Amino acid sequence: MAKFKECAKVVSQEKIGTGIFSMWLQTEQVAGEAKPGQFINLYCQDGSRLLPRPISICEVNKEAKQLRIVYRVAGKGTSEFSAYSEGEQVEILGPLGNGFPLDRMEEGKKAFLIGGGIGIPPMLELSRELKGEKQIILGYRDELFLNEELAENGTVYLATEDGSAGTKGNVLDAIRAEGLTADVIYACGPTPMLRALKAYAEENGIECWLSLEERMACGVGACLGCVCKSKEVDSHSHVHNKRVCKDGPVFLSTEVEL
Amino acid sequence: MMTDMRVKIAGVELKNPVMTASGTFGSGEEYSEFVDLNRLGAVVTKGVANVPWPGNATPRVAETYGGMMNAIGLQNPGIDVFCKRDIPFLQKYDTKIIVNVCGHAPEEYLAVVERLAEEKIDMMEINISCPNVNAGFLAFGQDPKHVEELTAEIKKIAKQPVIMKLTPNVTDIAEIARAAEAGGADAVSLINTLTGMKIDVNRRTFALANKTGGVSGPAVHPVAVRMVYQVANAVKIPVIGMGGVATAEDALEFILAGATGVAVGTANFVNPTATLDVIDGIQAYMEKYGVKDIHELIGAVK
Repeated sequence: MAKFKECAKVVSQEKIGTGIFSMWLQTEQVAGEAKPGQFINLYCQDGSRLLPRPISICEVNKEAKQLRIVYRVAGKGTSEFSAYSEGEQVEILGPLGNGFPLDRMEEGKKAFLIGGGIGIPPMLELSRELKGEKQIILGYRDELFLNEELAENGTVYLATEDGSAGTKGNVLDAIRAEGLTADVIYACGPTPMLRALKAYAEENGIECWLSLEERMACGVGACLGCVCKSKEVDSHSHVHNKRVCKDGPVFLSTEVEL
Repeated sequence: MMTDMRVKIAGVELKNPVMTASGTFGSGEEYSEFVDLNRLGAVVTKGVANVPWPGNATPRVAETYGGMMNAIGLQNPGIDVFCKRDIPFLQKYDTKIIVNVCGHAPEEYLAVVERLAEEKIDMMEINISCPNVNAGFLAFGQDPKHVEELTAEIKKIAKQPVIMKLTPNVTDIAEIARAAEAGGADAVSLINTLTGMKIDVNRRTFALANKTGGVSGPAVHPVAVRMVYQVANAVKIPVIGMGGVATAEDALEFILAGATGVAVGTANFVNPTATLDVIDGIQAYMEKYGVKDIHELIGAVK
């Protein structure tokens, strides 16, 4: 699980929704090692913004050594990124974290790939690499993005808060409305969604992998900034604090307390 | 040109003055993928207590203008795991090992110091300045009398040289440094983080769960240089300077102000090879200005 710090080059950038941007990066080594569910650290050019921004990997093109990220402009750092155009140089570190376990699925098994809001992007690469039947459940406030691309790799079910597309409500409402079942769940999204999925999975005895988010500094497990509460003692401090950046960001739902 | 970057702190010779700042580099393992630890003057480890500490609630980190704030709360595995795992890891490298020690009370510090007596480490750094621990020894590190007493107690049992790490959250840091020296400290290091607060105006709450945190990074560098200068002129023991070092120039400011050693902290998060860039940059500076021995620079600005 080698990590690389390198200067990547923006291949293209496109606005795909309100405040949502899709950027392809040309890398030397990072793309070659990247797995679905991992993330990269992007460093701002403006030196007043010190800390890297951890952003999940949306798509990987190993042959071309390119990576795609899809992110929401949430502050000054992501606002800076959104202004980059083709040819811009950007410092990145990655791939970071563990990623989703692909070997839990096989032909004949059924999976839920669940993305909520800006937790949707990592589901794209996952949907391309995962075996078996893929039921992709996407939760949005209102405006859709990435749903058409995801539909190429599985059956997409939508949930919107305002009911403008798919089931009115959240991803669990969509699962119930459609009467869906699965052997394995993979999910990324806001904590309330992950909390609900953890409860759902445990009630129904389904193996469930959750990708968590937390404020980070180093991204490599050194600073202990981004811990989550874990059932077992962690390998670093032997308390109950797993590091989201290094031990995660993907955890088995029964491993963590949300 | 041959340049000599070796420095001696309390009789321990470092191949160069550049070390890591406690808490920003773990025990080196996470960064060993990017940094050849053999090149560092010393690795200063994350603080270790007598028992495991779980640390504070999250969020523990936040960005500030030109800096960051943290309130990790000294999460650490305790001295037993540390001695079994972290010290043997560092012993594989040709660098000096400085173990940072934390505690809530004198007896906790002393338990760790005693436990380290038989370990093959080069020095210990005593953290009497963390702003993020509730029962906090920050208050302790702000009182010269307490600093002198604790230093003296530690020196009685310590088998390795003792560095006292000072807080900048005081009226007169030179007074605290003199107290550490009077207690028998072999060196002092400064600055720990400056206590700060950040409010998230969108969520209308504190950016950190702990409400307050320690500010670090380039934004605090001038404050640190001023304090290192004051302390270097107030004590005879060596001073290790830190606070916002991101480049060789930042490190050289500390050295010229009187620091024998310099630590790189927050910059590791921004650039994993910051320590090496600082070492190379000091070397380049010495070559450029024909400085044969780094001692020509230490305290050269009066």
